[in-house]
Amino acid sequence: MHITDILVTGEPIIYGAMVSMALVGLALLFILTYFKKWKWLWSEWLTTVDHKKIGVMYILSALLMLFRGGVDAMMMRVQLAFPDLGFLNSQHYNEIFTTHGTIMIIFMAMPFLIGLMNIIVPLQIGARDFAFPYLNALSFWSFFFGMALFNISFVIGGSPDAGWTSYTPLSGAAMSPGPGQNFYLMGLQLSGIGTLATGINLMVTILKMRAPSMKLFHMPIFTWSTLVTCFIIVFAFPILTVALALLTIDRVFGAQFFTLTGEGLPMMWANLFWMWGHPEVYIVILPAFGIFSEVIATFAKKRLFGYHVMVWSMIVIALLSFLVWVHHFFTMGAGAFVNSVFSVSTMLIAVPTGVKIFNWLATLYKSKIEFTVPMLWSLAFIPSFILGGVTGVMLGMAAADFQFHNSYFLIAHFHYVLIAGTVFACFAGLVFWYPKMFGHKMNERLGKWAFWLFFFGFHVCFFPQYFLGLDGMPRRLFITNVAEWLPLNVISTIGAFGMGLGFIVFVYNVYYSFRYSERETTGDSWNGNGRTLEWATTTPVPYYNFATVPYVDEIDPYIRMKEEGKTTFEEDKVKPIHMPSYTGQPFIMMALLGLASFGLVFEWMYVAVFGLIGAVFMMIRRSFDYDDGYYVPVEEIKRTEKKARGL
Amino acid sequence: MAAEELKTGPLEYRTQEGQMTIMGFWIFLGAEVVLFATLFATYAVLFGRTADAPTPGELFEPGIVLVMTFLLLTSSFTCGLAIHEMRRGSVKGLILWMIITLALGLGFLGFEIFEFVHYTHEGATVQSAAFWSAFFILAGTHGLHVTLGVGWATLLLIQIKKRGLTNVTSRKFFIISLYWHFLDVIWIFIFTSVYLIGMVI
Repeated sequence: MHITDILVTGEPIIYGAMVSMALVGLALLFILTYFKKWKWLWSEWLTTVDHKKIGVMYILSALLMLFRGGVDAMMMRVQLAFPDLGFLNSQHYNEIFTTHGTIMIIFMAMPFLIGLMNIIVPLQIGARDFAFPYLNALSFWSFFFGMALFNISFVIGGSPDAGWTSYTPLSGAAMSPGPGQNFYLMGLQLSGIGTLATGINLMVTILKMRAPSMKLFHMPIFTWSTLVTCFIIVFAFPILTVALALLTIDRVFGAQFFTLTGEGLPMMWANLFWMWGHPEVYIVILPAFGIFSEVIATFAKKRLFGYHVMVWSMIVIALLSFLVWVHHFFTMGAGAFVNSVFSVSTMLIAVPTGVKIFNWLATLYKSKIEFTVPMLWSLAFIPSFILGGVTGVMLGMAAADFQFHNSYFLIAHFHYVLIAGTVFACFAGLVFWYPKMFGHKMNERLGKWAFWLFFFGFHVCFFPQYFLGLDGMPRRLFITNVAEWLPLNVISTIGAFGMGLGFIVFVYNVYYSFRYSERETTGDSWNGNGRTLEWATTTPVPYYNFATVPYVDEIDPYIRMKEEGKTTFEEDKVKPIHMPSYTGQPFIMMALLGLASFGLVFEWMYVAVFGLIGAVFMMIRRSFDYDDGYYVPVEEIKRTEKKARGL
Repeated sequence: MAAEELKTGPLEYRTQEGQMTIMGFWIFLGAEVVLFATLFATYAVLFGRTADAPTPGELFEPGIVLVMTFLLLTSSFTCGLAIHEMRRGSVKGLILWMIITLALGLGFLGFEIFEFVHYTHEGATVQSAAFWSAFFILAGTHGLHVTLGVGWATLLLIQIKKRGLTNVTSRKFFIISLYWHFLDVIWIFIFTSVYLIGMVI
């Protein structure tokens, strides 16, 4: 096979991407070699099983994907603001909205939140690591190689172009031949394995590794949101696994599940996809609710109002999330009765969500609010998210949906909930817990700049889209040169660039803070306002998390610990700590599985079989591996703690 | 990660690590239930959509399926005996009953392969119609699980030969027994909702 059959050719934008990717790659190789960092990279990061480092790698990958997905978005916005410019052709536009949607949900929002969960959940419950640290590394690398596979489609083979929902029969072999759609299927499949494993891992961690005496209803609200999210993951992701596998078998092996020949049912895909896809919406929003709850309670300096109600409303939302999937295709002919049932169940979700909103407001009521950057993101979330939620109820009315469906009204709605909910939460959470990860805070002044740019950009970008939708502008359409739509489209594009600017300031802030921010000396970074256990250990967190695990029998245990002068280092109680050893196996195993997936994308069976055999061999090796980790001696713990605490 | 060990109770439950691994596996089985439920739902929706291929009523034969059911159900029983022997501390009994379990499992697989080849010759393949796609993928996914189980248990037999009965090996055997019983339960659903219904309608 000739190289030009594999590489995407004939597009100046893609040539530009190829050149810049090659340059960045070469620069990385040069830097790693010049500073002799290869060994460091392997032994500190690629082989790590430390949940905090894995979390950092998740967040780094997610930020990278936020960049890629954001560039996709801006290219779309440029096309829509200047429709006569011919910036993108229709095929390229199709590819870009497909990758934008897929990347933002699967490779940005989820890994960002999973990254935060990785770092914070064990700290919040007083655990020393995950239940299964090896599996955790495996999860990360399966996500990573799935992400890499999906992204190389841009320059090798061609991107998928059937929308992020990948509806059949459009995404079937007959109408979307070639590797593009296979990249979608294999990329999601590979990273989905990792997500499922993380769900199981976190569930066991939370259920089995809590500090002595910590009951479920003593857990911090972010940990609760993680537990509920993991429940959704475990029961929703297998559906995606099956759906992706069936479509792969259709495309690669000629089965008839979703075809129009052989009596297959294309609507099966819509059902399977959204039976996973709707709960997925809550996989990315519930942790966000958890983050906002933590941030608001901390900076309102009050206990979260209605803690129990907050927990139960999350559980109700999780259960309802499985019962509403048909509202994604009200207009596809299910009939009035089915539509009514799903319309009512959809609108029911507004009830527990509304309860949460009132609880946040009640927490803020009569409190002394400290306007830090994480708090700004959280406060901005409340009204913005309500705008998205209310329009969601409008879309939930089946009859009205015949008007709104596939219009920009829908686009505006879900960007309002996903950005104001998830993305704001990612920023809030990252800034809030940043000192726990790196030992210094992010600069507040730059953080505020990033916040205001992003916040205004967001509203300028998406608010006009409600009106564009009501005016009848459809989504997924690359020619929009209708005169009435143009002004609002231009405004929307300006907003999009505002958000881009905010992101750039945010990234610059990472660099700036690394250089100039004051190093933390205490664990309780936010002026001593910490409430939960993650603030009780030192900053940056020692690799074993806690020298001695405190006894917990209440919500916000760290408040009382501070009053009573207790710490997580009681010198006479220190015992040797059992820790897992680092290993390169997860990296290698998932690289081989990634190779197998790559082979399947191009339907090169010998490559696929080779990769699969390699991965199975690695699993067998793992089965025979009886490495039980090691013990950290008491002296080393005491030395580390005394140094960190300046004793 | 605490490595303290209890003095009483089954060997596999005595360390926290063992308890956590078993719990994790139960949750994994929950996910597997969803996986198979999705495949069953797909099968139910595509039932009867045979296009020009033969119908299930024409091809399904009670004899073969009954033998397969008998083999797999018996293997689940012998797997239980293997764990019973493990609890008594008898490595020999464990190995013996586990080998019998695997032999029965291999017998099941042999019949399944024979069955699949037979259907293919009659013109019912994954490609021929939506119904047959659903059938082969549902039964095939179960068969693939059995195959993996056989390979996995073989590896464990080698390990127990080398290491004897410890917290870790007993935990591994306990987990594969959960897996094996689970496959049995799934097969009962396949037997009733695929074969029995397919033969009647």
